[in-house]
Amino acid sequence: MSKVSFQPRSHYEAARSAYTFLPFRFIDLANQKLLVNEVGEHLLLDAATFDAFVGKTLTPSRKAYDDLKAKHMLLDDRPDVPVKMLATKYRTKRSFLSGFTRLHIFVVTLRCEHSCHYCQVSRVSPDKGRYDMTEETAARSLDLVFRSPAPQISIEFQGGEPLLNFDMIRFVVEEARRRNDVAGKEIQFVITTNLALVTDEILAFCLEHKILVSTSLDGPAYVHNLNRPRPGNDSHELTVRGIARARAILGHDRVSALMTTTKLSLEHPEAIVDEYVRLGFDHIVLRHLSPYGFAVKTRLKTGYETDAFLAFYERALAYIIDLNRRGTFFVEGFAQLLLTKILTPFPTGYVDLQSPAGAGISAVVYNYDGDVYVSDEARMLAEMGDKTFRMGSVNTDSYEDLFGGDLLRTLVEGSCVESLPGCSDCALQTWCGADPVENYAKQGDIVGHRPTSEFCHRNMSIIKHLLRLYHEGDESVRRIFWSWVNNTPADQLVPTLEAR
Amino acid sequence: MIKLLSRGTAESRFEHAILGRITTTPVAHDVRSDHAFLLRASAPTIDLSGYACTVLLSGVEAPNVDTPIVRVGEDLNYLADGDVVMMAPSGRTSVLYRKASRHNTILATERCNSLCLMCSQPPQPEDDSYRVKEILRLVELIDPGCVELGISGGEPLLLGDAFFAIVEKCKALLPSTALHVLTNGRLFKDSRLASRLGRIEHPDIMLGIPLYADVDTLHDYVVQVQGAFDETVVGLYNLAEHGVPIELRVVLHKQTYRRLPQLAEYIYRNFPFVSHVALMGLEMFGYTNINLADLWIDPVEYQSELRAATMILAERGLHVSIYNHQLCTISQDLWPFARQSISDWKNIFVAECDGCPVKRACAGFFHSAAKRHSAHISPPPVTDAVLERLTGLVDS
Repeated sequence: MSKVSFQPRSHYEAARSAYTFLPFRFIDLANQKLLVNEVGEHLLLDAATFDAFVGKTLTPSRKAYDDLKAKHMLLDDRPDVPVKMLATKYRTKRSFLSGFTRLHIFVVTLRCEHSCHYCQVSRVSPDKGRYDMTEETAARSLDLVFRSPAPQISIEFQGGEPLLNFDMIRFVVEEARRRNDVAGKEIQFVITTNLALVTDEILAFCLEHKILVSTSLDGPAYVHNLNRPRPGNDSHELTVRGIARARAILGHDRVSALMTTTKLSLEHPEAIVDEYVRLGFDHIVLRHLSPYGFAVKTRLKTGYETDAFLAFYERALAYIIDLNRRGTFFVEGFAQLLLTKILTPFPTGYVDLQSPAGAGISAVVYNYDGDVYVSDEARMLAEMGDKTFRMGSVNTDSYEDLFGGDLLRTLVEGSCVESLPGCSDCALQTWCGADPVENYAKQGDIVGHRPTSEFCHRNMSIIKHLLRLYHEGDESVRRIFWSWVNNTPADQLVPTLEAR
Repeated sequence: MIKLLSRGTAESRFEHAILGRITTTPVAHDVRSDHAFLLRASAPTIDLSGYACTVLLSGVEAPNVDTPIVRVGEDLNYLADGDVVMMAPSGRTSVLYRKASRHNTILATERCNSLCLMCSQPPQPEDDSYRVKEILRLVELIDPGCVELGISGGEPLLLGDAFFAIVEKCKALLPSTALHVLTNGRLFKDSRLASRLGRIEHPDIMLGIPLYADVDTLHDYVVQVQGAFDETVVGLYNLAEHGVPIELRVVLHKQTYRRLPQLAEYIYRNFPFVSHVALMGLEMFGYTNINLADLWIDPVEYQSELRAATMILAERGLHVSIYNHQLCTISQDLWPFARQSISDWKNIFVAECDGCPVKRACAGFFHSAAKRHSAHISPPPVTDAVLERLTGLVDS
């Protein structure tokens, strides 16, 4: 044994060359420099260390040297293995693009018995023929759905209130299942409904076909009923009753709810969260108002500035974090999405925040009249008279024309944050996305203008807020965030011997 | 501690090493050549013909048979039916498999392509491929009910084709036995080897691969090979691509503890596909003794790094375990991650452990720790509630 000789560490460091950089972007955050690499890994450095790094004077004895190297921002050896690792991580992060269009939205009717102030598109109309999807349109839409190469697809029914045309839901589901005997895809069905009209017969059908129910719940009755008027002013009561029925038949976790933040909601973040907890939900998405349809027309009544939303969001988030700290597992969905982008090596499937934008390539809308739109927002714009983002019609256009046409090509080209002005050098780029339809609606063109963009202001603010909470908060905040990312209560991730 | 080796004496002459499965009751003639009959007491009436060998415990009168007879020391009194022994013509007897133990390991080769500072099984340069034949025979003799079997080295992949032959034979004869292979993973930089292992489709294999740092310079230093880090990293990707389950093993010592939290994060971002991460205390054996000054740190002194790394991995949903640490040297919130990881045959406790309330849940020490161990060994304060939950974890 004594014949063996060992080399000191310096022997292995001596072979290194002077370092160079691998791609990263940076920004000021909380008196430090935030560095983010091409695959979304980040590091915080103090200003002096950052200056040394970019000035190429950082010495290998410094901890930051190894930190930067391990995050693949500093390269001091042959590039093949670090670049191979980055490439692997890049492919993983971008794998949401493989398979092409996964989410197929069917607007089976525009009719609705609600008349929500912020609603973009629905009509209170007895005229069934005028606003309902026909079997012929549905069948042609399914032709396109099954042309999508994605092995896993979602078919989501929207409206109006889709249950007003339940026959068409039944037709699409049964027809899709029949065609899928040959296609062999994994299909998930979702009905987005206010549940006011739900019946046991409908729920039995949902159970048979494993259909998920997504409903709207804006908070306690005094918020919900003002946001979502209907004859009798009983929307909240009907929704709560519908949730209970649906859970009883489908199972607790087959029913989810979405909230929309109105000017009224801004004053009640805690009460809205409490209402979700009271009704047994462990998940809420604090959604800002989308800038379309009646939401634009009624802006004075329901709208608000982005900063007002951000204040609401941060207050609600603090309240939710505190709930978790006290032992209630409860997730804020938008934070969950962003934290997954920031903290994990995995891709996310959220079509509204990706690059290139999900419009058409990840999600598509088949309108009741056969028109095909790149997104829900695009058909809302069309309802306001602007059909810029209409891909074509199921009645007149082929799959190739619709999905390979100029509109989609233009949108993909114009929504890569890697090349968009204001995004291309943004440190938060890899966690963000682009919304060409919103840019067009608000700023006049699909590229948009970042310094005055509400989309940019909102997302950057929330991302920075989450980073500050993660890095400046105590261990319990980090653990709560990870419990959200893993969608698992913290005490299951980190078991404890102490009584809780 | 259990001795796995006895000097033994051959009471009859034979030329080649003999492998046999211990039996203490007569077996049918057609399978006697697989068995070594163990005589615990003189029994002149038993028919001992046709066995691979007769093994005598001390004090037992040698029977009159024409098959080999070996007398072993009292160290091996524990031998029982189903154990597998190998007897050399000198009488030297090794216990290769103990049916009652969960810690059975096949030493594939003593050759290695690394030279880790803390290697507990220092490599030998000589060609020891003669082992392969013994190993393949051993696999035939191991009880098919065996829960887990280790393959260790040296670097088992240096066996080349023979390594794959061993894995294939284990799959064929021991399909319900979990196979745990300790390899440095470097040779899997050749994706053909990873593909070849993946194609065997062993139903329950895991490769335990060491990764000592998140930067090449430090890992290469610990394993004393320039470029080893890159080879292991590429090997990990190749294995993952071919569906081979991986456990990462990190040995904690003075060179590795500082970057442990960063390594945990690095593992998650670059190898999120690993099935398990083991954070392992140092074994005071082999090269560790030579490099003790560069390696030794009292585990109590790296608690903050160990705790941070464990929490980082657990929070990220990775399966993490702490091996080879005494419960009194780690904070109580790490106890749920601590495993009784030390093979029974080299597991000891020290005098300070007498009367310790959590001894039954504790990993204890390697026998080599008698030389050096933490200065903070003493029964930890523990509430009844914690003790109850801890016992529950151990029993499950």
